[in-house]
Amino acid sequence: MITTAALICIVIGVIFNALGAIGILRFPDVYTRLHAETKMTTFGTIFVSLGVILYAAGMLTGTGDAQYLTLGIHTAIAVIALAFTNATGSHAIARAAHRSGVKPDPAVVDRLSEVKRRD
Amino acid sequence: MIRLLATMVAAFVAYLLLTAGSGDILLWSGPELVAGAIIAIIVGITSYRIFCRSENLRMANPLRILLLLVYAAIPLLIEMARANIDVAIRVITGRVHPGIIRVRTGMKTDLGLLLLANSITLTPGTLSVDVDEESRDLYVHLINVPEALRTEKSVDSRELFTFFNIPGWIRRIAE
Repeated sequence: MITTAALICIVIGVIFNALGAIGILRFPDVYTRLHAETKMTTFGTIFVSLGVILYAAGMLTGTGDAQYLTLGIHTAIAVIALAFTNATGSHAIARAAHRSGVKPDPAVVDRLSEVKRRD
Repeated sequence: MIRLLATMVAAFVAYLLLTAGSGDILLWSGPELVAGAIIAIIVGITSYRIFCRSENLRMANPLRILLLLVYAAIPLLIEMARANIDVAIRVITGRVHPGIIRVRTGMKTDLGLLLLANSITLTPGTLSVDVDEESRDLYVHLINVPEALRTEKSVDSRELFTFFNIPGWIRRIAE
């Protein structure tokens, strides 16, 4: 039962990861590609990790083996680390791109360039 | 002194989490507890100046940490799920109207601004690109700028989210 739930979580996560990879190919410029490549893959990976945690919890209640407790806690810590480093990293890439002069190419509005031009 | 102690406790808790299930004293074995205490003291002495940069120990309050966990598990995850499905549809249809807008945050502390910027970046479709240090305004790249927001000089941060008042949650956690 809980193994099925874990499997469903992993399948959802893999679908989101695949859509993120397709997004890198389809989107026009660096910023929109960052949306697909960093956020969607994070969400997919959170779901894959949720599947692992569910599986570990199920095995822990079934067998009582301490190695599944370690597996679950380590996966949870990995998710927290991933969420923080991913947000900071994609922000750093976007800021570096804008500072080095890569403007969002199809853009309906760009307030940041307007401010930069005034300085 | 209190900063040193707070850093040691945080390091010890992190070590205990990593080694849970190793023995019989509750969940840990004796040698692991001793090793954890020694490592926590070393880490505390070497890094408390970086870990607790301000004298203010607001975030050591367990209630705030609990609230942060609840915030990450319910409102942020639901917003992420909603936005992910939105971006997934845009990946398939390819219909995007990207742009960078200015967002008023109204945060009073750096930690609040950090949490809000990270929440914005973690939600797909919004990506914080730069920050105005004086007014604490963020420049946010949106994958689809709605018609109503295109002409406005700056936008309130609540309008980036759909279901929850995310800035209100962050103000409750960090300020």
